[in-house]
Amino acid sequence: MNHLGFEMEKVKIGSFDFTCCEGCQLQLANKEFTLPDFLALLDIRNFREISSERLDDYDIALVEGSITRPDEIERIKAIRAQAKVLVAFGTCACFGGVNSLKNRIPQEEAVREVYDGKAIETRPSMKISDIVQVDLSIPGCPVSKDEVERIIIGIVTRSQVSLPTYPVCVDCKQQLNTCLFDLGEICLGPITRAGCNAVCTTGKTACLGCRGPAEELNMPAYLELIKERGLSLEDLHEKLAFYNAFEPLATDET
Amino acid sequence: MIYKVISKREFKAFIDALVKNNSSFGPRKVDTGSNGKPIYQFMPVKSADEIEFDYTVSHLSAKRFFLPYHDELSHFNFSDGNWEQEIRYEAPPIILIGLRPCDINAVNILDDVMLHGAYPSPYYLARRKNTFIIGMDHLPLPDCFCHSMNRHTVNHGFNLFCSDIGDSYYLSINSSKAFSFLKEFRIEEPTYEDNCCLIERRKNIKNSFETKIEVSGLPCFLDIEFDSPIWQKWGDKCLSCGTCAMVCPTCYCYSVEERFDIDLKGSTRQNHLYSCNLVDFAQVTGGHNFRPKNGDRLKYRYYHHYRGFAANDNQQICVGCNRCGRACLADINPKDVINDLRLERESCMICVSQSPDKT
Repeated sequence: MNHLGFEMEKVKIGSFDFTCCEGCQLQLANKEFTLPDFLALLDIRNFREISSERLDDYDIALVEGSITRPDEIERIKAIRAQAKVLVAFGTCACFGGVNSLKNRIPQEEAVREVYDGKAIETRPSMKISDIVQVDLSIPGCPVSKDEVERIIIGIVTRSQVSLPTYPVCVDCKQQLNTCLFDLGEICLGPITRAGCNAVCTTGKTACLGCRGPAEELNMPAYLELIKERGLSLEDLHEKLAFYNAFEPLATDET
Repeated sequence: MIYKVISKREFKAFIDALVKNNSSFGPRKVDTGSNGKPIYQFMPVKSADEIEFDYTVSHLSAKRFFLPYHDELSHFNFSDGNWEQEIRYEAPPIILIGLRPCDINAVNILDDVMLHGAYPSPYYLARRKNTFIIGMDHLPLPDCFCHSMNRHTVNHGFNLFCSDIGDSYYLSINSSKAFSFLKEFRIEEPTYEDNCCLIERRKNIKNSFETKIEVSGLPCFLDIEFDSPIWQKWGDKCLSCGTCAMVCPTCYCYSVEERFDIDLKGSTRQNHLYSCNLVDFAQVTGGHNFRPKNGDRLKYRYYHHYRGFAANDNQQICVGCNRCGRACLADINPKDVINDLRLERESCMICVSQSPDKT
């Protein structure tokens, strides 16, 4: 490929899943009308969901899921050793995700509840950056295919890759939504990184912060508004903990 | 301007005919707030029955019809190592119904910025020219302060303006298009009583304002108070969420982004409405941020609105609709911020410093 005199190469990519629902990887095959053009940017070396070929000469590793088993630790280290760029792909990889709900109870209890006491080797859910260095994070539950396309194009064309720094409120207002606080609900939109087009709040469902904290967020001011409006701190804590993306803040401030 | 009177019934028939034949937007109830009050927005309407003529205020302003949140400025096509730029100024004609005087004044201010500066925007011009505006007056809400900004009446910038005088609307017809649209409908010359009703209505509106802000001399106060601690005080409350700018009828600041098409055979240059309260608004190449603090960013929004920038002839661009104050989750509103500022200054002048004595 040649673009205005610059040679461009397809990116050699591997996609790997850890503890997750694999919904983010599935997003790679979503948005059918741009799929052929999207795939033309990629040289897929390793991607269990769409190809049985397993090659280890990838440059970019998209890593989905959180780490919940000892063998996963070894596997992520091997991927890190191979990849030039390791991408935490989706909320589980970036923050621990929904899987982290089990971190709140004794692990034996979780195993008993889910596996009926069958011997399962498990441990509290960890985000990828707890184990290895992460070069780029693409948050979202699931990731937004639009954003993934934009970032892959950025990598292919060697142009700047960035995420919105501001909160979901910007996207939400642009969708002409009624603020969920005006409807008496707690919404994490004011403290969550935008870029999702406010899909949840547009569907009148409160933001649970799957994209993690917006940059330089003002947590004291946010907590103040929850208190001012007489909303439930318990509900707030539940929402902040849902994806594990705000956990350190929640324990500090509430 | 031509003045006529139309019965509310006939007016509804007129609007119905208009919206059935044109792409139209008017106030509609979209939700009921937890306080039991209806929430209105300018939304598409297909018949007069869908329009809430007696609405209070729209949550978002009508700005987006002239300055869309995302606007494609141009498309580039790459081929044979070269490129071509494709620019379109197409704006399909629309009808906006029910804008308040402050909303129309806001559009007039945007005209100054977008059309009368050194670089007029053809994108804005196309939309402005193709938008038919029907204004309607209203009794102010308790927190409206457009009277303080002298934006509670409007005499240009619309096609048709309706003042509610009871069973009829007193029409100010400000375009030949509006006049010819009305030809098919029964309109009357205003009688002596109609004129009296209009004057009464205006008096009633003027005397109904509960919120007043003293803005005279504010540009000077703001210059003097550049380093005031109140900016940090209010900044500490600010969530930097950009809601104020998104609902504001005159905030026009934007960022420009260029994106490749997915097939890499072209790209688009897009304009995104932004907010000076967002954390990276003043961030430049290399990651340097000129306004990393909430208080600094908030200050600049107030300076733009109440002091004015050179780019808009140093005029105050706030029209006093208080949409920002209503929408702000942190309860930051112009009335309290400005009163805080003046209070500090005035008490300081009285208590601390004295005028020098004549010697």
